[in-house]
Amino acid sequence: MTSLVYIRYELLRALRNRRFFFVSLGLPLIFYFVIASPNRHVHNYDNSGISLPLYYMVGLTAFGTMVAMISTGTRIAAERQAGWTRQLRITPLSTRAYFRAKVLVAYMMSGLTIVLLGLAGSSLGVSLPAGQWLAMVGLILVALLPFAALGIMLGHLLTVDSIGPATGGGASLLAFLGGTWFPLGSHGFLFQLGRLLPSYWLVQAAHTGLTGHDWPARGWITIAAWSALLVAGALYAFRRDTQKV
Amino acid sequence: MASPATASPEDGIRLDGLTKSFRSPQGLVHAVRGIDVSIHRGETVALLGPNGAGKSTTIDMLLGLLPPDAGSVSLFNHTPRQAVDAGLIGAMLQSGELIQYLSVRELLMMMAAIYPAPLGVDEVLEQTGLQAIAGRRTQKLSGGETQRVRFALAIVSNPDLLVLDEPTVAMDVESRHEFWDSMRAFAARGKTVVFATHYLEEADQNADRVVLMARGQIVADGPPTEIKGRVGSRTIRATLPDADPGELAALAGVASADRRGEAVVLVCSDSDQAIRALLERFPAARDIEIAGAGLEDAFLALTADPDADAPDPAPAP
Repeated sequence: MTSLVYIRYELLRALRNRRFFFVSLGLPLIFYFVIASPNRHVHNYDNSGISLPLYYMVGLTAFGTMVAMISTGTRIAAERQAGWTRQLRITPLSTRAYFRAKVLVAYMMSGLTIVLLGLAGSSLGVSLPAGQWLAMVGLILVALLPFAALGIMLGHLLTVDSIGPATGGGASLLAFLGGTWFPLGSHGFLFQLGRLLPSYWLVQAAHTGLTGHDWPARGWITIAAWSALLVAGALYAFRRDTQKV
Repeated sequence: MASPATASPEDGIRLDGLTKSFRSPQGLVHAVRGIDVSIHRGETVALLGPNGAGKSTTIDMLLGLLPPDAGSVSLFNHTPRQAVDAGLIGAMLQSGELIQYLSVRELLMMMAAIYPAPLGVDEVLEQTGLQAIAGRRTQKLSGGETQRVRFALAIVSNPDLLVLDEPTVAMDVESRHEFWDSMRAFAARGKTVVFATHYLEEADQNADRVVLMARGQIVADGPPTEIKGRVGSRTIRATLPDADPGELAALAGVASADRRGEAVVLVCSDSDQAIRALLERFPAARDIEIAGAGLEDAFLALTADPDADAPDPAPAP
């Protein structure tokens, strides 16, 4: 069990990084109000079946939480460059505990984004039964698993200089292709491509708000496949990295 | 070997036949070529040697950061991994920065939380002279302050073995002084300390024993006075055409003597004693120079490649 004190200071470090805060929390909130506030009365947004405030609440939550999860990589890359990961190898802190703390902190930061955008959504009239809120949040947390692994993988593959653009660009592209900015509909190239991506299913968590149902089997399979692939990638990147002196 | 005969080396640290080579663009580099060292519990040992002698590679193998090609490491009857997991080891690696967004105190609290039986953070702050900057964020520290925090991190776990790899590199003279005071205070608790340095003075002043390394091998191992006597602390140069080098070498305070034309060069273990003895025995000596820098020269002479140089311990002119 990773010491709670250790995790507390890891969280404190994340909370004190203002630039990160702006991208994972400030930016989604600003976009949300800019897009959804003037259109708060659109009840069936682009034939998606759900209201515009609900659609963008989840869409921008998806963006913010993706950034929060992938940002683990930024921290790992910085700690590698500082020689800190090497220093940790001569402490009793296991590799497993190190990653567990990192992923836990990323989830806590994601939780903050989920809560703030939920409040923002409520302020624009999004109203769901408690059970559906919970189901939606649950799906979002599950859909973030592949991004947790992606963060760890990138953190071990990239340098501090290259990881900023890679995570920012990667998260933006995945958010775009996943439907953060507009619904992908139910046919066409973008739809076919989008539903192969984990970010699509992250955004689709919004539909539980309407139907009360979770993802179709395809959603679970897609998330499971990406999780397996990226966890394997993260393990590979970690091993390759720590074999070097 | 000048180790106390009472304690058993099995209980301390043993490096047996440690060997490590690296591939480089220039071919295979033999960084460490089979070294054996036994260190007793409570000893403070300096690994002294010029850059490239294999000190850091040895330390990395000692800590389990690097698997040896051959040989073994035993730390208090444990493998390095077991000793690290048990929290017995504290180390300050040669390079490394601190993680950001925490104060000095917070960073120490965070790291102390990893260990089974850490020291109190306040106690460590006091011992390392960091109280005044305990609230400062790690990214706002000077190079010397950063090194002190890294030292504090190495001792916060209350380790049985403290390993320091060139710890004073980024420090000014005063910081060095304070640093070694802190180290000796920690060692005085009965701790085992191994530190690498390329300064003879640091090894001489802070270690019970000096292991001199060059080209991946141990070239001398003994108490500092003995090592210092062998490499000499200063050189005296004088014009003295008729003196016999053998007779000069026998003078009090002289480690070795060498003739260079009309001049003689004396490598001294104690130059004050040597100059008195020289003038008493050879009043004709003139053009006398005493060079302090000879210390490093003498050190280099002893550790220089024997294939490339004459086996003469005197410094090059």
